[in-house]
Amino acid sequence: MLETARQALLTPPESKAAGGPALAVRGLSVFFGRQAAVKNVSVDIATRAVTAIIGPSGCGKSTFLRALNRMHELNPEARMEGEIRLFGDDIYSRHVEAVAVRRRIGMVFQKSNPFPTMSIAENVTVGLRLNGIRNRKILAERAERTLRMAALWDEVKDRLHAPAISLSGGQQQRLCIARALAVQPEVLLMDEPASALDPLATSKIEDLIVQLKKDYTIVIVTHNMQQAARASDFTAFFYLGELVEFGPTAKIFTSPSQKQTEDYVTGRFG
Amino acid sequence: MENYFEAGLEELRQKLLTMASHAETAVNQALQALLQRDYELALRVKENDRVIDQFEVEIDELVIHLLTKAPLASNLRLVTIAMKISQNLERIGDEAAKIAKRARDLSGEAPVKINLDLPRLARMALDMLKRALDAFVNRDSAAARALIPRDKDVDALNKEIHHALAQHMVDNPDTIGRCLHLMVVSKSLERIADHAKNVAEDIVYLYEAQDIRHPGAKSAAPVNEPA
Repeated sequence: MLETARQALLTPPESKAAGGPALAVRGLSVFFGRQAAVKNVSVDIATRAVTAIIGPSGCGKSTFLRALNRMHELNPEARMEGEIRLFGDDIYSRHVEAVAVRRRIGMVFQKSNPFPTMSIAENVTVGLRLNGIRNRKILAERAERTLRMAALWDEVKDRLHAPAISLSGGQQQRLCIARALAVQPEVLLMDEPASALDPLATSKIEDLIVQLKKDYTIVIVTHNMQQAARASDFTAFFYLGELVEFGPTAKIFTSPSQKQTEDYVTGRFG
Repeated sequence: MENYFEAGLEELRQKLLTMASHAETAVNQALQALLQRDYELALRVKENDRVIDQFEVEIDELVIHLLTKAPLASNLRLVTIAMKISQNLERIGDEAAKIAKRARDLSGEAPVKINLDLPRLARMALDMLKRALDAFVNRDSAAARALIPRDKDVDALNKEIHHALAQHMVDNPDTIGRCLHLMVVSKSLERIADHAKNVAEDIVYLYEAQDIRHPGAKSAAPVNEPA
C-alpha cells in the first residue's frame, strides 16, 4: 500500500484525457446536524482551467470546496449526500481512503500555514518524506521544481534551509502552494488564498494561478470578485447553499442570467 | 447611507441625458437656421457645439473614475456604453455644427429653386434620435430595436436627394455651390441617423447584454476562456 503511494508520488501525474471534466459533482448536499449548508449541487469542474466560487458569507462556498477533498469527514457533525467523481473515480467510495483523495486533490487555505519548525525546503517536501521518500537528490529536485512552479524559487534559492516562517506572508502562501504541488495532485483547491495579502502579493498569487492551470485543475473560493474576474475561466455563484448560476467568467461578470447573480456582483447585496 | 457608486452611476445617466438634450437641440436649431435662413441662429449652433464637446470630456472623466471602482454586470455595461453613447452624441453635435455652417453660408445667397424632401429627412433623423434617447430613459430595448430598420429609409431618402441635387446641378450649373451645401446637409442628416442607430444598438446591449451590431460577426473568445 505504502509502496504504491510512494510510486505514485515519484511518477509524473497521469495525463488526463482532455474534454471530460476533472470533477463531476452530482446532487451534492452537505449537512451540519440538520442544517443543509450545500443543497443539491451538480456541476462539472473543467480540466486545466480555473473555476472560481463566489457568493456572500455563509452561502456554502467553502463547505462546497471542502467536500471536494473529503475534509468534512474531520467533523463528526457533518454529513454528505450525492456523488463526486474525480476523472471518473468516486472519491467517496468506501474503497478509497480520504488520504489518497487528498493527495490527488490538494488544498491551500486562507491563512498560510507552513510548518513553523521546518525549513523552506523541508516544508515543500514534507508530503514526500511522510510517504517514505528519503532520497536526497529526488527531494532536492522536487523542491526546486515545485518552488519554481510556485514562482518562489528565485526568492528563496539561497536560503532553502532558513525557517519557513522567515518568509513574508505572500511568500509563505506561495510556499504552501509549492507544498501542495509537491505531491503532484491533479486538482488544487484554494480557499481565499490571497485574502490576507497585500495587492502586490495578491497579484503574484493570481499570476501563479493562471500559470498553474496549464498543468492543474484549480478551484478557488474568493470574496474578491475582481480576483475571480481576473484569474478564473469559469465562475459559480452560490447563495444560501444553492448553486444559483455557473458559466464562463466573462459571461457571469458582464451579463449574468440570474437576477440574484446580477444583484450580488453589482454589490446590491452580500 | 448613500451608496457613492450608485450616486456616480446616476450622475453619469444625468450627464448623458443633458448632453443628449443639447445634441437634439443643436440638430433642431441647425435645421431651423437652414430652413428659415437665420444667420444668427446658425452662428449660435456652431458656437454651442463646444458645450457638447465639453460634456464628452466630462463623461469620459466620470467613466474612467467609475471604472476604477471595477463595476460588473449591468453596471459595467452602463459605464462602458455611456462612453460610446457620448461619443455618438458628440458626433451628432459635429453634424449639427456642419449643417449650421452650411446654413450660415446659404443664408446670404438666393434660395435654390428645387423641391427637396430635406425637412422629411430631418424629421426622420430627429425621430430616430428622439426614440433612441427615449429608449435609454425608459430602459426599453424593444423600442431601441424597433428604430434600427428606419436607418435604411433614411439612407434611401438621402440617396434620392443626392440624385435630385446632382440632376439640378447638371441642369443649372450656376447653383452648383449652393447645391453642394445642400448635399452636405443631407449627408449630415443621414449621419445623424447612423449615430442614432449606433446609440440604439448600444442600448440593446446595455439592457439585454446582446451585441446586435454587425450580424454575422463572431465575437472573439474571452481572453480568460480556455482554448
